[in-house]
Amino acid sequence: MLRFRLAPDNTKIGFMRLRRVSYPLSAFMSIVSVVGFLLLGLNYGIDFAGGTLMELRAKQGQADMATLRGLGDKLALGEVEVQAFGGGQDVTFRIKLQPGGDAAQQVAVAKVREAVGDAYEFRRVEVVGPRVSAELVQSGTLGVVLSIIAVLTYLWFRYEWQLAVAAVIATMHDLLLTMGFFALTRLEFNITSIAAILTIVGVSLNETVVVLDRIREMLRKYKRMGMAEIIDASVNAVLSRTIMTSTTTIMALGALAIFGGHVIQSFSFSMMFGITIGVYSSIFICAPILIYLGAPSQPEQDRPGASSTNEAA
Amino acid sequence: MFRFARWKVASILAMTLTAFLVLVPSFLPGDTRESIAKQLPSWVPFKAITLGLDLQGGAHILLEVDAADVTRTQVENLRDDVRRILREERVRITGGIGATGRTVQVRIPDAAERARVLPKLRQQAQPAGSVNALGMAAPPIFDIRESGEGLLQLTLSDTAILDRVRRAVDQTIEVIRRRVDALGTTEPNIQRQGADRVLVQVPGLQDTARLKDILGTTAKLEFRLVADPGFNPTDVDILNEYDAQGQATGQYPVEKRVMVQGEDLTDAQPGFDQRSGEPVVNFRFNLRGGQRFGEVTSANVGKPFAIVLDGKVISAPRILGPITGGSGQISGRFTVQQANDLAVLLRAGALPAKLTIVEERTVGPGLGQDSIDAGKMSIYVASVLVVTYMLTTYGLFGLFANLALLVHITFIVAGLILLNATLTLPGIAGIVLTIGLAVDANVLIYERIREEAKLGRSIISALEAGFNRAFATIIDSQSTAFVVAVILYFLGTGPVRGFAITLGLGIVTTIITAVTMTRMMIALWYRWKRPTFIPI
Repeated sequence: MLRFRLAPDNTKIGFMRLRRVSYPLSAFMSIVSVVGFLLLGLNYGIDFAGGTLMELRAKQGQADMATLRGLGDKLALGEVEVQAFGGGQDVTFRIKLQPGGDAAQQVAVAKVREAVGDAYEFRRVEVVGPRVSAELVQSGTLGVVLSIIAVLTYLWFRYEWQLAVAAVIATMHDLLLTMGFFALTRLEFNITSIAAILTIVGVSLNETVVVLDRIREMLRKYKRMGMAEIIDASVNAVLSRTIMTSTTTIMALGALAIFGGHVIQSFSFSMMFGITIGVYSSIFICAPILIYLGAPSQPEQDRPGASSTNEAA
Repeated sequence: MFRFARWKVASILAMTLTAFLVLVPSFLPGDTRESIAKQLPSWVPFKAITLGLDLQGGAHILLEVDAADVTRTQVENLRDDVRRILREERVRITGGIGATGRTVQVRIPDAAERARVLPKLRQQAQPAGSVNALGMAAPPIFDIRESGEGLLQLTLSDTAILDRVRRAVDQTIEVIRRRVDALGTTEPNIQRQGADRVLVQVPGLQDTARLKDILGTTAKLEFRLVADPGFNPTDVDILNEYDAQGQATGQYPVEKRVMVQGEDLTDAQPGFDQRSGEPVVNFRFNLRGGQRFGEVTSANVGKPFAIVLDGKVISAPRILGPITGGSGQISGRFTVQQANDLAVLLRAGALPAKLTIVEERTVGPGLGQDSIDAGKMSIYVASVLVVTYMLTTYGLFGLFANLALLVHITFIVAGLILLNATLTLPGIAGIVLTIGLAVDANVLIYERIREEAKLGRSIISALEAGFNRAFATIIDSQSTAFVVAVILYFLGTGPVRGFAITLGLGIVTTIITAVTMTRMMIALWYRWKRPTFIPI
């Protein structure tokens, strides 16, 4: 059988030295993210901004973009966003939140339906009124905050403070860059984006935990080894696993991004980016931070599953 | 450690078999499935997976009951009660009976008359069954305040208003259910959400405009006399008449007093007028309504009788003679569809208050099918890529991991079916993500086994150490993702919740499939082959 491995065995890559490249790179990306976020802001979808999103398909030929764009002025709906996709037959038609409360949104939809008539098929209509969007903002924010608290609590119980701080910095790094990704790509930011972000936090932490677990195990095993060597040896030890898993995950998400359709494109693209960053940060950001924080003086007693006393078969 | 008890092997196999069986109905055509399901006892979960509205198409509409409207109606009812009591007691008042905000006020200049009527009003303030189980008197529905010059102010209490809103939502749900059922849709889901909201989900619905019309109409039907000239203007409403196209066609001064109400109807059916042939709605009253209708029509022959729906005059035909049979006809230049819908609305009863659509998400069946196809395609492509990759990297052990992956996906989908959860598009995304993540546990174990083997351990001890040491890391890393899934479940709605469920289920089943099941396969293989080296 044909066998191949992406990761060579017995690597001895000096990850600690590579931080001279990775830290400036991450600093740069972080600055770009913050600037992008502050200057451009997020492209909030109707979940958070309120308003109406319709997906129309021309029953014959191509969608008439000019007429559709003109509807905004004609029907006094304010600015409308019209985007063609899928070969020009399909368009998304977005109306901003109309002044005048919930009922005004329905009036706007009815106007568009009447103006467009039978020329288009309404494949999707989403209307989010001002109060529901405000509630979604609230629950979305709450979700992110609760997840961060849950994650911090978990790390606080599970690790010595040095390891926990490193994990927190890496997670914040991933969050920041993902937000920057949303700001720069102008991908729509919706309630599913919150789901994507939380998943990224979960998966990125998963990567971090794998690295930290190994560092801690090495710390116990080789008490006299220097911190830099321990980190390098640990990262090299888990490297083949990291490459394997990130490859399968990226493969799956790539399939989703390419074939999953436009409805969840923002979801799959952001997740693919965030998880890639999560893998990168666990190796290049999280582990090297420990060199600055110093080794934990006395690694805590490990749990039985991972101890080395289970060797008798 | 590597010995597997026979019952363990058996129970894992049984679980797997069950999961596969649970999936079978989802692959059968609908009618075959139903005919088989009928023959099985009801506890057998012989059902297809429920698709979310984003996949099967349909309408999701979140409505809010207008609490202010509920209060307004309540105040108006109170005013009607007060008017009735004053009339019964023959009390003279100055000015009309005012109703503003949550207060009804009336001026009774004569002190003796005031003293006579006050106990009657106080009695009205006591709710029905006013002594509760603990023998305590329930709080009065309204407070009565007397101020100078014989002014009485009756103000509704907070609890009475809250209680009324709650009941209004219950009533709304009942009415909506009857209305939506009359549309002939399959399995609509109608449920309360929060204090004053109702969620209506109708799968497969195409024409949301009609659904929204039907939900948006209060359908409060009233028969009121057109007022004679010289009637006290405070007891008269000026109402517009509209035709079928919604154009105002006239105005009527209509008495505020309601003679007969829609709630006294027992039936309403669309039909055609025998002479003109135009679409009409035929209705029938209950006993009380029939009697009242008979009395009013007898006493007012020759006068126009306005049929008022939600504050608009449908028509105001002249009363030709007493109508005592308890049935009648509403004409109003309807189209056939309008007559149909009005009959549906009248049969289902009036909404207790106005409803506002606060959120709408409608997906057409075409887009839903496209999403299903896209989801399937992503699952296939992701599976082929991951399976091939695992196989080429780990060989036989990769095959074990792939078998575990197959069972893993089966467990997720079977879990969704057994939990009655819905599969949404983000849910499919969750499954795809899980395909990538699930093998992580296998990879962790295999890489650890490789390492241990390289350290010169014996085969059995390397296998053993690989599983044991990787296990702690697996639990650690999966538990963080699980916490995220739980939070998402509680905060999300609809599609996001679907994602949270598949993600959470995926994490739980990973432990079973990637750890226990793979371990069992390797143990059985070891016992069978007695290998001399580890093929990874």
